[in-house]
Amino acid sequence: MRKILFQTLARAPLTEPAPDPDDPELAGLAAEIKSAAQARLGRSLAIRHVDAGSCNACELEIHALSNAFYDIERFGLKFVASPRHADVLLVTGPVTRNMQEALRRTYDATPAPKWVVAAGACALDGGLYAGSYACLGGVAAAIPVDLHIRGCPPTPATFLKGLLALMTKSA
Amino acid sequence: MPSLTQALADAQGSHPSRPWPRRVVTRDLWRDLARQLGDGLWTLAGLWGEPGMVHMALLDAANREIAVASLACADRKFPSVGAHHAPAIRLERAIQDLFGYAPVGAPDSRPWLDHGKWPTRAPLGAREPALGAPAPYAFLAAEGEGLHQIPVGPVHAGIIEPGHFRFSASGETIVRLEERLGYAHKGVEALIAGALLERAARLAARVSGDSTVAYSIAFSQAVESALGLAAPPRAVWLRALMAELERIANHFGDIGAICNDASFALIHAHTGVLRERVLRAAQACFGHRLMMDIAAPGGICADLTPAGEALIRRLLAEIRAAFPALVGLYDNTASLQDRTVGTGALALELARQYGCGGFIGRASGRSFDARRDFAYAPYDELTFEAPVLAEGDVNARVWLRIREVDESLRLIDQILDRLPSGEIRVGIAGAGEPREGLALIEGFRGDILAWVRLGADGAVERCHLRDPSWFQWPLLEAAIEGAIVADFPICNKSFNCSHSGHDL
Repeated sequence: MRKILFQTLARAPLTEPAPDPDDPELAGLAAEIKSAAQARLGRSLAIRHVDAGSCNACELEIHALSNAFYDIERFGLKFVASPRHADVLLVTGPVTRNMQEALRRTYDATPAPKWVVAAGACALDGGLYAGSYACLGGVAAAIPVDLHIRGCPPTPATFLKGLLALMTKSA
Repeated sequence: MPSLTQALADAQGSHPSRPWPRRVVTRDLWRDLARQLGDGLWTLAGLWGEPGMVHMALLDAANREIAVASLACADRKFPSVGAHHAPAIRLERAIQDLFGYAPVGAPDSRPWLDHGKWPTRAPLGAREPALGAPAPYAFLAAEGEGLHQIPVGPVHAGIIEPGHFRFSASGETIVRLEERLGYAHKGVEALIAGALLERAARLAARVSGDSTVAYSIAFSQAVESALGLAAPPRAVWLRALMAELERIANHFGDIGAICNDASFALIHAHTGVLRERVLRAAQACFGHRLMMDIAAPGGICADLTPAGEALIRRLLAEIRAAFPALVGLYDNTASLQDRTVGTGALALELARQYGCGGFIGRASGRSFDARRDFAYAPYDELTFEAPVLAEGDVNARVWLRIREVDESLRLIDQILDRLPSGEIRVGIAGAGEPREGLALIEGFRGDILAWVRLGADGAVERCHLRDPSWFQWPLLEAAIEGAIVADFPICNKSFNCSHSGHDL
């Protein structure tokens, strides 16, 4: 173990610089909610993830945010274990009817002020699953959404752009 | 002992299903097959419905045969398979929820996927209006002095899929774990019925995101079998390349996450780097980090360039340079071994009974790998081993993954060395008549069964995709019995069953 630790110390870090939120739509949305978010929360966000019926691809990429390349915590972004500790709900999936109540309860358990970020193509409008008897068709059909991060799944860089836009992008 | 073909020889009608037969059976023969499943003659490979019919896919491991038995259920009833063979119980409950067909004599009549939240009951069958507020789900009882229940989920503390676990515990000891799944049910089978091939392939690729390559291959191969055409050799070999990259990436993720659940973050950090390198290579070579929608009916949609090939060779060298030290660290850290050795042991008998595939089955001694046992191209031309261990504990499931990473690296070497040149995709068109096809593909998690019926125009009439998790989830309940509650996360991670693939 010592050898691995020393090798790690001797190498340059893998962590990459932060991406710019270059998507104009994303920047616009973020600008709307930015001032309120920054005034109340400073430069730190506690994120609670809720899988509302995703295929698990979004979760894999959310996990990747914590690896050495993206190192999300250096931006003050932190995944927390309970909605009661969260500022932001990061919701994936088309919102299955079987998850609707759990999502609503998670939202209600999150103290205000709070923001909801819907991530992935199916979280926007149901995507491929739109019209299914088993899905509501997007997060906005269940709880109010503040920001949407596109992609199927969004890459970690896209996730990072969206979340950073929520925190730091000024109008 | 008769072979599966002999057992089905008396069946009335044969359907042109390829490459394995589908036969319509009588109620009596259906019951006989169910009993034979219970006696261990066959392995259950799938049980699903369609309007007016139920189908049962059987695997004859000794003779390496697969066959589908179909039973008409005009009166909305069929003899329960679960009454004789426990692994069928949840599949039957799903058929009852989706189609409204009752398994007669079934040991468990509770709903499974239907939580009473859909606008209709039997959405793929008679589509009856919902009954209103459902009764609370009746969890199985565990009785005794001092027993208490711990409900967990469907929203969990980590970044994981939704499911509910109900623990009955005596102090710290788990007396019973009962899973309640279905939260991720999206109605994929209804959406895919009637869909054009392109949309159907996209839905299939998203049954379980971590296995997107394997699902795309399974769906494509079933479609190609149905139409009696073959994807070009280069496409078939590149599919295998992507499948092995997917396997390696997932195994890295799992090995790290299991160690992380034992609070050993160092291995997690390093396997996370290796996983990210695989995904970046996939992005550079195929244009998508998870290689989603690259394999498609007729071939693949992105070719590997010489630069891409060089990139993958560099990736292999990098993994070979870094991984052995992590394996050594795992093997030599007593505090980590203390958590994994002997924890969550799964008995071989159960793995066999349930036809439990993938690293879970193989870590318990069930030697089955669809790549070897149903050697589909290009694995019939490749040299590899399907490692098997006997202990069946968390440690064995970690080691199985480690060994499989090595095997996948060897496979990728061979694929790159012998990669055929030529076309990567052929056109797909309807056959002018309905056609059926089956495929059994080894994903990283285990064998995925795909069955598809195409209409005369080539659109998908019906499609069923059976995730390996159907035969793994129930075994987690068995493996955790008698363990302490604190060992559940590490056990669960070592199984890493899919919610989305199971809930469909």
